[in-house]
Amino acid sequence: MSVKDTSKKGASYVKKSPWIIHYDAASCNGCDIEVLASLTPLYDVERFGIINTGNPRHADIFLVTGSVNEQAKPVIEQIYSQMVEPKVVIACGICACSGGVFKTCYNTMGGIDQVIPVDVYVPGCAVRPEALIDGVVRALDILEQKRAAMDAGLPVPTPEVKLGVETPRVLHTQDDPDESGTPIEPAAQGGEGAKR
Amino acid sequence: MVWLSVLLAILFVVVAPVLGCLITGADRILTARMQRRRGPSILQPYYDVRKLLEKDARANDVVQVILLALSLVMLVVAGVCLYAGANFLLCILLETLSSLMFILAASVDPSPFVQVGVQREILQVMCCEPMLLLFAVGVYLYTGSFSVSSLFSTNLPMVVWLPLIFIGLVFVLTIKLRKSPFDIASSHHAHQEIVAGASTEMSGLSLALIEVTHWYELVILMSWVGMFFVTSNPLSVLLAILAAAVVFLLEIWIDNSFARVKWQVMFKSSWMVALVCGMVNFAMFFFIDSNGLVFF
Ligand code: SF4
Repeated sequence: MSVKDTSKKGASYVKKSPWIIHYDAASCNGCDIEVLASLTPLYDVERFGIINTGNPRHADIFLVTGSVNEQAKPVIEQIYSQMVEPKVVIACGICACSGGVFKTCYNTMGGIDQVIPVDVYVPGCAVRPEALIDGVVRALDILEQKRAAMDAGLPVPTPEVKLGVETPRVLHTQDDPDESGTPIEPAAQGGEGAKR
Repeated sequence: MVWLSVLLAILFVVVAPVLGCLITGADRILTARMQRRRGPSILQPYYDVRKLLEKDARANDVVQVILLALSLVMLVVAGVCLYAGANFLLCILLETLSSLMFILAASVDPSPFVQVGVQREILQVMCCEPMLLLFAVGVYLYTGSFSVSSLFSTNLPMVVWLPLIFIGLVFVLTIKLRKSPFDIASSHHAHQEIVAGASTEMSGLSLALIEVTHWYELVILMSWVGMFFVTSNPLSVLLAILAAAVVFLLEIWIDNSFARVKWQVMFKSSWMVALVCGMVNFAMFFFIDSNGLVFF
């Protein structure tokens, strides 16, 4: 499934001004530092119109770092429900994708997709800013698809919450539904980041 | 000259949002450059507003949207007053009324962040008002009327006779433009101790309305700065534009160099500046023999 196609009636603006809210579920703070690093002069995500709003009502993209535990669960659910459609969720770092090294801890529920629908998985420990920006760019295309669906009066396409479903060891992006597909790579650096 | 007034007023309604949008975009780029970043496109504020209009409209409160629209309309009328050369006092009062409409609109939301933000917005209005009224008095003393068009029949720019009032106005502009150190209610930058203040719970259409209101407001505020520089010479308008640009650059610099203060500091300093600048300047004004002034 490709990302483009969408808008028949002129350009859409959701892709030009993605506002972000960042939440630290049960992260070790490694990923959070990388999220904030994307705002610094070296990466400067504001180039793309990205703003870190810190406010679910204003945000289009929900960046979650770290795995989910019982304490973080209601917060994540609340932030997600406060966001206005169209919205997408990005799981940042391997903990957010699947639980990572904390997966088998007694207090950990697993990845973010155990609680809310996740649109993009960005692996890495910690997730690198390049991969993160790449993940946001992928999220923009999904955002655009959702807006197009809203415009057409269709239900907004939302991935399923995988509560209780074992997260596969090999992760897939939302636009790669083939379960036996290849592992995703942080495209910005051609998979090098995945090895680090 | 009626046709000129009408033309200028229409021009304001059409051009001000475009200009305001571009200035806001330039502000973001300059801020980024001061922080050694590249910054977004100059049209970013426009993209933001268009994006906000694409968000799900069901999240908006009807009463809130109506009040915000009223706030916008009042600000536009204030600008029309200014550019049609009409009563300046009316312009200032309408501008304040527009702020009050925004405050009313925001208080619709019960969120604690919004409530604290609303309190702070009210405080900011209280901090700005004395200086703005003194500014209006200054215009009256200098031209003998509250009419903006009378400024265009003066020989010397107003700033020569009212330099301290000018400084006071620039001080108050920092509050009006929501720039650091006085961005206690809300700021254009991310992360506040009260999230986004009064606009925390707003989304989509409501936020877009606020943004467009800010564009108009920016142009009106900068025009106030320009008022200090216009004379009967038509070329003085260029000087006024230049002065407004310099003041705006100064505001961006201040925004990037100072940390946010507490509201007590803002309250005390703004009233002190207003009273000292106002009183000293008026004393000067009466002391110096000012022949050629309509006042006498
Ligand atoms: S992925 Fe690594 S860096 Fe990120 S939260 Fe988990 S353990 Fe920390």
